[in-house]
Amino acid sequence: MYARIFGFAAVAACIAMPASAAVALSDAAGSYTISPASSSIRFSIGKVGGGGLDGAFSRFKGSIRIDNSDVGRSQVNFTIFPESVGTGQSRIDAFLRSDAVFDAANSPEIQFRSTSVKRTGDTSALITGRLTARGKTFPEKFTAELGGLKAGTINFHVTGKVLRSRYGMDVGTPIYSNIVDFDMTLTGKRG
Amino acid sequence: MSASITNTSTRYGWAAIVLHWLIALIFIGQFALGFVMVRLTSQRTAFELIQLHKSFGFLLLGLIILRIAWRIGNAGPALPRSVGSLERRTAPLAHFALYAFQLALPLSGWALVSVSMLEIPSMPFNLFVMPNLPLAESDAAESFWAAAHWYLAYAGIALVALHALAALRHHFWLKDTVLTRMITPSSDRDME
Repeated sequence: MYARIFGFAAVAACIAMPASAAVALSDAAGSYTISPASSSIRFSIGKVGGGGLDGAFSRFKGSIRIDNSDVGRSQVNFTIFPESVGTGQSRIDAFLRSDAVFDAANSPEIQFRSTSVKRTGDTSALITGRLTARGKTFPEKFTAELGGLKAGTINFHVTGKVLRSRYGMDVGTPIYSNIVDFDMTLTGKRG
Repeated sequence: MSASITNTSTRYGWAAIVLHWLIALIFIGQFALGFVMVRLTSQRTAFELIQLHKSFGFLLLGLIILRIAWRIGNAGPALPRSVGSLERRTAPLAHFALYAFQLALPLSGWALVSVSMLEIPSMPFNLFVMPNLPLAESDAAESFWAAAHWYLAYAGIALVALHALAALRHHFWLKDTVLTRMITPSSDRDME
């Protein structure tokens, strides 16, 4: 992804450019493996009366492939293991893992497979793909913002909203919002 | 002849009767719901039933406040003359205890959800957000109020059973009007 951005950035890099944009496609293109140690997948669900339920997944895997010639042919895939959900409250974690929400015992993986990547700005892109959870698949969109690229490590800030009701996880609505706000930092290591 | 809303010196008005039976029904239903909801294996059903229990709890609290206000503003009928002196002295205490439990049960439940570390908002019947009581959240406070709510529930239902047995005794053994006057409202005819 980001062929044009990176091409532009390569020229502009001669002047003073922010580090994040000063990336040439030839440098960025390639395959990356998401490193869980330096990545995070956080989520937040608003609740009535203010505040929300915040949590994160500690176990996930994925890959990012940036196409050398066509950003649109780039790909992002990731798999989340819902068993690893953590909210800081063990009772809530147990509830989320149970068949009330993730049913982690029977559906141990939540998968995202990108179907298209579109540039939306100098360092941003819209990633469309198919999200599968609890046996149900729906198209979802995520916004990716390039954080940086150096020494074979690429970094993205990915955000998106997912309606949990579609995946059979509508428990607690309307007390808890149907919208899950995802906030991910994905760091890929080349190779 | 038409049913009267207010109590007379010998009979209850329909307001007191409706409040009595409505609260009785919800109170017993709440006990059954509370008993079941903490014994389910389905966490989803448990969550939903707990929210329903909270909804009915807040409804109960509103009805009880209304009932106590009604009772204060509208004295109940006197006991029939046939009632003995011991019962004449203990009945008001039993009724005071019943009112105290009706008030303490929903309040202790409200305290429990207010101090819970789970911070699950209360939204009675999904209609509006009920604020929490101004109590500090902690695991210790949650355990305390959970225990308090549990003991109050069992003591309360025991008191309700005693109350029901006393009413049946009046009806079938003493054959007085104590039970029937809580079923048939006072009418214009009663008010001389």
